[in-house]
Amino acid sequence: MNAPTLPAPLTFSAYKSAYKPIWCPGCGDYSVLSSVTKALAKVQVPPHEVVVVSGIGCSSRIPAYTTCYGFHGVHGRALAAGTGLKVARPDLTVVVAGGDGDGYSIGGNHFLHACRRNVDLTYLVMDNHVYGMTKGQASPTTEPDWDNKLSPGGTGVRSFHPLVIALASGANFVARAFAGDPNGTADIIAQAIRHPGFSFVEILSPCVTFRPEQKEWKKLAHPSPVAPTDDAARAARRIMTDDGFNIGVLYAGDRPVYRSSTGKAKLTPADLEAEFLL
Amino acid sequence: MVQASVQQAGQVKARDAAIGISIALAGSGGSGVMTAGTLLLDAAAKAGLYGLMVRTSGPQIRGGEAAALVRLARVPIDSLDDGFDLLLAIDWQNVNRFADEIPLTAASLMIGDPDEGEPPEVFKASGARYVALPFKKTAKAIAGSWTNMVALGVAGSLAGIPAAALEAALSDSWKRGDEALQANLAALRAGIESAAGIDGMPKLAAGAAAAAKRWQISGNEAAGYGAIRGGIRFVAAYPITPATELLEWMAPALVKVGGTLLQAEDELASVNMAIGASYGGVPSLTATAGPGLALMAEGIGLAVTAEVPIVVVDVMRGGPSTGIPAKSEQSDLSFAVSGLHGDAPRLVVAPTSIADCIAATQWAVHLAEALQSPVIVLSDQFMGQSRAIIDRPDDAGYVAARLTAAADTPDYKRYRNTGSGVSPMAIPGTKGVVYTADGLEHTEAGIPSSQSRDHATQLDKRERKLAQHDYGRYWADIEGEGDAAVITFGSTTAAVREAVARARALGVDVRLIALRLLAPAQPAALAAALEAVARVLVVEQNHGGQLYRYLRSMYDLPGKPASFHRPGPLPLRPGELTTAIVEWAGTGPLGGISV
Ligand SMILES: Cc1ncc(C[n+]2csc(CCOP(=O)(O)OP(=O)(O)O)c2C)c(N)n1
Ligand code: SF4
Repeated sequence: MNAPTLPAPLTFSAYKSAYKPIWCPGCGDYSVLSSVTKALAKVQVPPHEVVVVSGIGCSSRIPAYTTCYGFHGVHGRALAAGTGLKVARPDLTVVVAGGDGDGYSIGGNHFLHACRRNVDLTYLVMDNHVYGMTKGQASPTTEPDWDNKLSPGGTGVRSFHPLVIALASGANFVARAFAGDPNGTADIIAQAIRHPGFSFVEILSPCVTFRPEQKEWKKLAHPSPVAPTDDAARAARRIMTDDGFNIGVLYAGDRPVYRSSTGKAKLTPADLEAEFLL
Repeated sequence: MVQASVQQAGQVKARDAAIGISIALAGSGGSGVMTAGTLLLDAAAKAGLYGLMVRTSGPQIRGGEAAALVRLARVPIDSLDDGFDLLLAIDWQNVNRFADEIPLTAASLMIGDPDEGEPPEVFKASGARYVALPFKKTAKAIAGSWTNMVALGVAGSLAGIPAAALEAALSDSWKRGDEALQANLAALRAGIESAAGIDGMPKLAAGAAAAAKRWQISGNEAAGYGAIRGGIRFVAAYPITPATELLEWMAPALVKVGGTLLQAEDELASVNMAIGASYGGVPSLTATAGPGLALMAEGIGLAVTAEVPIVVVDVMRGGPSTGIPAKSEQSDLSFAVSGLHGDAPRLVVAPTSIADCIAATQWAVHLAEALQSPVIVLSDQFMGQSRAIIDRPDDAGYVAARLTAAADTPDYKRYRNTGSGVSPMAIPGTKGVVYTADGLEHTEAGIPSSQSRDHATQLDKRERKLAQHDYGRYWADIEGEGDAAVITFGSTTAAVREAVARARALGVDVRLIALRLLAPAQPAALAAALEAVARVLVVEQNHGGQLYRYLRSMYDLPGKPASFHRPGPLPLRPGELTTAIVEWAGTGPLGGISV
């Protein structure tokens, strides 16, 4: 008897759509797209069972560049849309993606609450320390002295530390990746997807157009010298004191995942009438 | 001539079935007036009557003055009367703050506990007769009993409700031990006895026993129940008065039917969560009040453009800004019908009664799903937080039925420009039809596009699908004859309906048109409803005449349209509306009250 032939495993190209990205040549987001497709190939979840959800920004254009379902919503609300989707459809794999402006500024409140709610989502932030799409203004991760048209001489405002904030807010998986290392980033994203609860990956992704100096990041990025910890306080201390270029999984916790009551009907709507009956 | 009869209409005292009797139970927080009011309503239902209980309270979160405004009648009732036959105050602490909400006349009765002092001047000035009854002392004499049960006995007995019905209402709702129940039944009977010598209260004949069991429900519960009947299985929301009870009712109910309610971090999140869940194929809703609706505007626009069905229930309160949170007003209408950026066709539906909150919300779910569009449901504090005895409503049968794409549909285009404007929606998990939902303008395939052709095509498509839909007869309630018509919407419908009936009794025939579908406008349907009508009066509860202005901009109205509008929080009363209608109807084709 012939053994049944197994379907051929999906390769990364099965997750890459035919659309040509609008990104500038050399933009870090190309590599992130490639890492996302490689990560999905590692996880082997069929594209039509994955939804890539985003807000607005250059990086937020990513959904349509995959062969997965996509949701390209409004600026800053990607995590909210992704949360509603995952809670209503726990069977789907939901990857939320976007930029540092989208996620930390206009969507900052949703970021805090997504971390603490711990819905089983993966959140990828392509952090370029700038608003790319609106042509070069400071974001919450921009250095205070970065000169730009909207804030001549810099904002003078200290930058935000997303990884520590994610830890303090209760994210269940925290990692830093670098777009210049697509294979390493793919590996981290695959781990993030597999990890239960809210998994946050901050991806350093250079904006070659408005922050050309970020091309130097490839000289600075290096693998994290220590293994991931499940102790949030230790992880926070390490992240607060590292050079900002430690790449790898920094924290993997086991907090209880948000439980949704979706799908387990005990009564019909007509049964609810009883409480109004006199 | 007309003037004199109008006066009469405003003060009508005959206890016919429709007018019923009105009782205000007032006291400071913790005095139990809301419990007494609810039990009075239950007891009335047991006696075959219908009723309405409107809750009103001071600004304090706990412990402030409160009043249960109860109206009982032999027919279903959805509005308060012009005044009150009885004001019963357990104490008078700050009850004077309700003077405008509890109008009394010389024919009214006031009952208070002499140990709590005299009635405030504002009430005495009405000339209402005052009777002192020591509620507290009576309750104290019966160990373990409560003052509000003595008050319930007094009010129930003066309303003519049989003692057996009052006792049954108390026993059926009792959740503590039997000893305490017996004590409170004794207090109730003591109340009934102490009312024995008091005359002058109009009596309401007991109603016919209902063939089928009736319901006691609030508008907020009704909207929540209608939503679930329609198929809503996901709700995300942020608490806000007066929508919170709708959410608190839905939270456990959704769990029972296999859905989920999620408390969001703000309204920006809640509307986008609902959109995300609905994009996933699950009918979704959020509920809020004006401030939250304002925050949701960008998200509702996304639902328009990405064509994702959602229902947004706005339980309106006094606005703008934080406004008057716990009091009613119909002032979010303009925002609901036109408050989104861009050309953004959307549906706006308003229930016309507490009972109609069920069917109208159910219809909203059906329309959202059928037309892949956001629907705003305009309820308000008055109907949302009031409780009514209603006949068991039939299931209106409106269900969520979304046109979805089959797996592997050849040449699938999510935003295909179909004849109806509705295009099959692929639900994640379905193979061979993946697409990206987009708030960016897009091609039929869903690819972002800034081409004028694509923009025009999609704008037309989104408008056409709402414009071409057959909304059937449920779009408005149209009643009566006459060459003059009164147009209204929402919770003021009940008061207008009563005023129209009173005007008819005075020989003035006017037609009532209560709009349930406010957007998109229905010019052909309204023209048919206005057949042979020469003049129109628009009635609403807001300061700006928002419905009047909207109708004038969207419809060709006959004659010189007139407007009767007043902001909240005081409800529009049938008597003042009768006066307005009769005066307006008597001024000839070109007359009218102008804005
Ligand atoms: C409500 C709203 N405010 C402002 C904008 C304009 N806007 C579009 S993208 C963007 C910032 C994008 O920056 P980021 O999220 O860091 O993404 P990047 O373009 O750098 O990838 C802004 C401010 C908008 N689209 N919507
Ligand atoms: S502007 Fe910057 S972030 Fe945007 S596509 Fe160009 S390089 Fe990338």
